[in-house]
Amino acid sequence: MSDKSPTRELTFAEAIREGTALCLARDPRAFVIGLGVPDPKGIFGTTAELAAEFGADRALDVPLSENALTGLVIGAALGGMRPILTHQRVDFALLSLEQIVNQAAKWYYMFDGRGGTIPIVIRMIIGRGWGQGPQHAQSLSSWFAHIPGLKVVAPASPADAKGLLVASVEDDNPVIFLEHRWLHNMRGPVPEGYHRTPLGECLVARSGSDVTVVASSHMVIEALRAADFASAHAGVEMEVVDVRCLNPLDFETIANSVKKTRGLVVADDDTRQCGFAAEIVARVGEAGLKLNAPPVRVTYPDCASPSSSALAAVYYPAAPDLFLAAARIVGRGASLVDKFPKRPCPVDVPYLEFPGPF
Amino acid sequence: MMANSPVPLSQPPRAETSSQICDRLWRLYLEMLRIRVIERRIAERYGEKEMRCPVHLSIGQEAVAVGVCAHLRKQDKVMSAHRSHGHYLAKGGNIRAMLAELYGREAGCCGGRGGSMHLIDREAGFWGAVPIVGSTMPIALGLALADKRRGGDELTTAFFGEGATEEGVFTETLNLACVLRVPMLFICENNGFSVYTPLSLRRAPDFEFGSYVRSHGSLYFSGHGNDVEEVFALTGQALSAMRQDPGRPCVVEFSTWRYYEHCGPGQDDHLGYREAEQIKHWAERCPLAVARTRLLALSPALDPEMTAAEKRYIREIDAVIENVRSSPMPDAATLQRGVFAP
Repeated sequence: MSDKSPTRELTFAEAIREGTALCLARDPRAFVIGLGVPDPKGIFGTTAELAAEFGADRALDVPLSENALTGLVIGAALGGMRPILTHQRVDFALLSLEQIVNQAAKWYYMFDGRGGTIPIVIRMIIGRGWGQGPQHAQSLSSWFAHIPGLKVVAPASPADAKGLLVASVEDDNPVIFLEHRWLHNMRGPVPEGYHRTPLGECLVARSGSDVTVVASSHMVIEALRAADFASAHAGVEMEVVDVRCLNPLDFETIANSVKKTRGLVVADDDTRQCGFAAEIVARVGEAGLKLNAPPVRVTYPDCASPSSSALAAVYYPAAPDLFLAAARIVGRGASLVDKFPKRPCPVDVPYLEFPGPF
Repeated sequence: MMANSPVPLSQPPRAETSSQICDRLWRLYLEMLRIRVIERRIAERYGEKEMRCPVHLSIGQEAVAVGVCAHLRKQDKVMSAHRSHGHYLAKGGNIRAMLAELYGREAGCCGGRGGSMHLIDREAGFWGAVPIVGSTMPIALGLALADKRRGGDELTTAFFGEGATEEGVFTETLNLACVLRVPMLFICENNGFSVYTPLSLRRAPDFEFGSYVRSHGSLYFSGHGNDVEEVFALTGQALSAMRQDPGRPCVVEFSTWRYYEHCGPGQDDHLGYREAEQIKHWAERCPLAVARTRLLALSPALDPEMTAAEKRYIREIDAVIENVRSSPMPDAATLQRGVFAP
């Protein structure tokens, strides 16, 4: 299915751009639409030069009108197109919830299939850092995953960013495609050419025998950092399951991991109450999977994300929190958390050279 | 937005022969009559509590549906909202699938998942109605965009009430249509009330809908929605203007009146939310009565044919209802079928 050979590296943003270009080249029905798609910044580079390569009508700049744009792509999809709608923040897409939840998510079901399918991808970017504040840094992934009929995708690696985007465009359902802003500049190997990562399959991003960490999006990066430290310093082997697709959910992979490790940490880039982490814990409980210790959720606290770096520093859970949770479950190494290496940059930027603002 | 002004009972001079006028009006009248009979039957049988879904009857507003749809070909696309029976039927929507949907049957146009507010018959060019006010407008625009990109010549029409123009999505959609130069037809049925709330509480006295629409770059026409000939003529003018100015959308606003309650099988004028003078005014301008008076003036011999047609439509709808009532309910095992498309 995917091309396994190359080891070429791209950033996450370049991978999205490559996946999008691949879709536009392969399928004349596909187009990208959203505020700023062909602008000089090109949605953080993810749509750069698409208009030059494919024409202005394949990479459309439009009025803000999030709700009507969502209706427009629904209608265009019903008319046979395969649109990709972009929002520069999840928060902006809230203006389009009526069309997403009432129309896109339900169309196929409520007309009993006779209404047609809605093959749309709605890209939303989860902001973070440099004082983004309460209305530029929500993830709301649990919300979207709560709605029957929406597929919810949250890649963590450049390869998956490309592969999942291609699969999302090919899918006949509305797909909410969540991109954490801090992933855009991360590099990793990305298969060249046609590369498709099926929706609804978790990835065991790192094998381990002692405790399972279920994570998605940017929390996978934190989980992998925690697992590296745990293995190197505490002799704790964390298995990291990258959810990749919150709905439909591949619970089997999660269950298999938990059966093996009998320990569960769920790391979620979202607030806690009624969240996706609670869903995983509930499913593990309902499945009767035996745990050696109570499960732990590592999430944002139940408040809006504040702007000040002093507050943001305590808002966002990170690798040390995941290590601590895992160490406590396993019953060893928890005191080593003090030795967890500090990030080499301030807490409100993804990397040291980051110039701000986003 | 214009007030609900009187429908003139006189008609403008035309170049057509009276025979042509009569033939067309007869067809328009018959279609209005068919819709009236069907909806009246729904109202009469609603009390049996077998149609267990909200119904928003379009009784009184048939002329807009019929006069507009008379211009549309099968492949032209129509979308609508909660009060969509008339639009669905006038566009040629399958009557059995509609009634089966109201009765919650498997044979319903949504397999019993939607009810009266979710009609669809894509084969007839009716691409769906949903009850969230204004929501099908941008979807219709998307359909029109897809047709435009394919180089098709289909026209897409969205029907909605004047309340929908108070939703942000109307302005967003109109603006997008103008900016993207997608020709679509917006048909606004202004019946003066959003449920019980009059227009006077929803728009400032000096609000001018036509200027508002035109300032976005759209064409705009307005006329009397209870006069099916005027609806037909004005829609013709609108389509002609759209052809002469390709890429421009067009909004046509028709004043009209619903005779029944907002939702349900009865009349509710006893509640006192509409002024007696208005009620009387519009009662004298029933779209069927207006057309009937004019037809009989043109051809008195049509009188018995009108009676015969009404009887025929009653027989037909009764047969459909009996057929639907004896048809199976949806299989419970299908509850979660189609949450995702395969």
